Amino acid sequence: MTDASAPTPIGSGARQGKHATSLYAEDARTKKRNAAEKRFQAYGIAAISIGIFFLVVLLVSIVRSGIPAFTQTFIEVPVYLDAAKLDKNGNRDPDDLRKVSTFGYAPLIDNAIFAAVQDAGLTTEFEKAKDMRAMISASAPAQLRDYVLANPSEIGKTVEFKILASSRVDGYMKGRVTRESVARDKNIDAAHFDLIDQLVETGDVERTFNWDFITGADASESRPEQAGIGVSMIGSFFMMLVVLCLSLPIGVAASIYLEEFAPKNRFTDLIEVNISNLAAVPSIVFGILGLAVFIQFAHLPQSAPLVGGLVLTLMTLPTIIISTRASLKAVPPSIRDAALGVGASKMQAVFHHVLPLAAPGILTGTIIGLAQALGETAPLLLIGMVGYIATNVPDGIAAGFLSPNSSMPAQIYEWSKRADPAYYERAWGGIIILLLFLMTMNIIAIILRRRFERRW
Amino acid sequence: MYDTPNASADVAAKATKISAKNVQVYYGDTHAIKDVDVEIQDKMVTAFIGPSGCGKSTFLRCLNRMNDTIDVCRVEGDINLDGENIYDPKVDPVQLRAKVGMVFQKPNPFPKSIYDNIAYGPRIHGLAKNKAELDEIVEKSLRRGAIWEEVKDRLHAPGTGLSGGQQQRLCIARAVATEPEVLLMDEPCSALDPIATAQVEELIDELRENYSVVIVTHSMQQAARVSQKTAFFHLGNLVEFGETGQIFTNPEDPRTESYITGRIG
Repeated sequence: MTDASAPTPIGSGARQGKHATSLYAEDARTKKRNAAEKRFQAYGIAAISIGIFFLVVLLVSIVRSGIPAFTQTFIEVPVYLDAAKLDKNGNRDPDDLRKVSTFGYAPLIDNAIFAAVQDAGLTTEFEKAKDMRAMISASAPAQLRDYVLANPSEIGKTVEFKILASSRVDGYMKGRVTRESVARDKNIDAAHFDLIDQLVETGDVERTFNWDFITGADASESRPEQAGIGVSMIGSFFMMLVVLCLSLPIGVAASIYLEEFAPKNRFTDLIEVNISNLAAVPSIVFGILGLAVFIQFAHLPQSAPLVGGLVLTLMTLPTIIISTRASLKAVPPSIRDAALGVGASKMQAVFHHVLPLAAPGILTGTIIGLAQALGETAPLLLIGMVGYIATNVPDGIAAGFLSPNSSMPAQIYEWSKRADPAYYERAWGGIIILLLFLMTMNIIAIILRRRFERRW
Repeated sequence: MYDTPNASADVAAKATKISAKNVQVYYGDTHAIKDVDVEIQDKMVTAFIGPSGCGKSTFLRCLNRMNDTIDVCRVEGDINLDGENIYDPKVDPVQLRAKVGMVFQKPNPFPKSIYDNIAYGPRIHGLAKNKAELDEIVEKSLRRGAIWEEVKDRLHAPGTGLSGGQQQRLCIARAVATEPEVLLMDEPCSALDPIATAQVEELIDELRENYSVVIVTHSMQQAARVSQKTAFFHLGNLVEFGETGQIFTNPEDPRTESYITGRIG
């Protein structure tokens, strides 16, 4: 054998040519590529972490600020319902009872608290019953009056009554108001808090879960302790009913027509582009449209959930149409062919086969559209659903649609505008309730999706 | 009316089921099918072969007006089913498709139960008066589709849970459930493995007893195995149409010969 055919040495020299590298060692290109991939993953993780961080901050701050709204301070004292003052004629005639205004009831409460303080032997600088009125809500006499009108037989007796404390006292119990912060407050003195401290010890003042916040109506600016979100919740409910009943059938019908039946030409292209654009139109534009068309032109009642629902329907339609068309498009064309192939008409093919398969997507889109509408405030500004103080539960279903009301986000916005810090707390509480609703709707969307998809 | 194993022998005895004359198909500006004349006979398998894009599937879809669903597609010429022009304005394509069933390239069972897959056609056409009749139709169709034995115990299981070959036989059973007169098959075996293909081919041979079958296929062996007549398409033209045996052994046109011997396509 010659030198030329000498055996090549074993080891690195054995590898020749272009790829003469060890598999164990990364070459420069691979290194660069792997580093780039690692970097990209790091960016992704960083982005997600930032998102989660802000989400947690948001949720924690909402819950921390909003939770106090769910409890309320009450002063529980026996109230003597003086027959001489409440029912001068002594015949318990409802019409006569009604003649006694809340001014007639206020002294009863003042006296009751004064008596309770005296009986317990608490030390206080207040000498007159009226001086303690700052501790109770201005709405307390009205509540007592409602109670008496509902139970006229209690007149002349002494009943244990949970009197709503004033927002300052409530704030003091929740740590929002301190003695220092009321130093220049004309409504209440530090001495009141001294008395409250003693009443807490005797067990007459307590904080309980605030059902009235969830079920109650809004209150005037000076009585945040009385305000609740319940009536505006009903307003939202009726609006959502309108939105659902209009936008689902109209949206689904429009999408089915556009997707399955409409000829593809310039005109339908134009419609398609416009629907996409409508989805991006600021919601306040829909509000002003609603104001012009529904209120100024059609003379529908202002501030009514019907009008709010109509405006939100306009806003929700593009969302529903887009998601419905997407889910119709996602149904494989082979299913349509199969149906047409056995002699089904186009409509049968769509309604028997395509629509059931697209249903989960349609439902999800609808619920997300509804959730969006539920949280919408801007268009409601323009049709008068913000600024109206909803103090009455609507009287029947027709009134639910037609009588003025507010909606949850509008109520939250309204509260956040008000000066009293107690309203600030209620705004956050309202947001918690709104978020719970949105979360429930999304969970329903997920469940529906799962259930429909499970059918093969 | 008895079929002999060698069906080619009695080609001339069969009645014409579909006759196409001077058919032109346009996709927008593209002239996809040019001057096609074909006579499809009853109770016989006719195969369309040719390279990809030659228009054989397009022509097949003309026979039950499935091309109507494509906006840009335009069909000219005469296609007669039993002497009636299927493109006559009076003809409702839905009614036509009940007579001319179709099986597609990819098995496409409905995402419903096996039973509902078969029962769907008879239901919408009102072929069954009651549940018992419908049950009977379902069983008969599944037997014709040569899949009854495999699925009779799970009729209410989803049709999409079957294997590919079973799904395709289910689709064939679904197509025959509406009692069509003609069965169009667009490459029915292209998504199947050899065993499933053999089963489907056997089935096609059985279907010949009752139906006029038109099959589009890429596989020349398949055309040779199952068909009695073969049409060779090339670039939108019908190059040659004749008895299968003759096309494969003694083609008249040089293009047919080139395709069969593997030089084009």
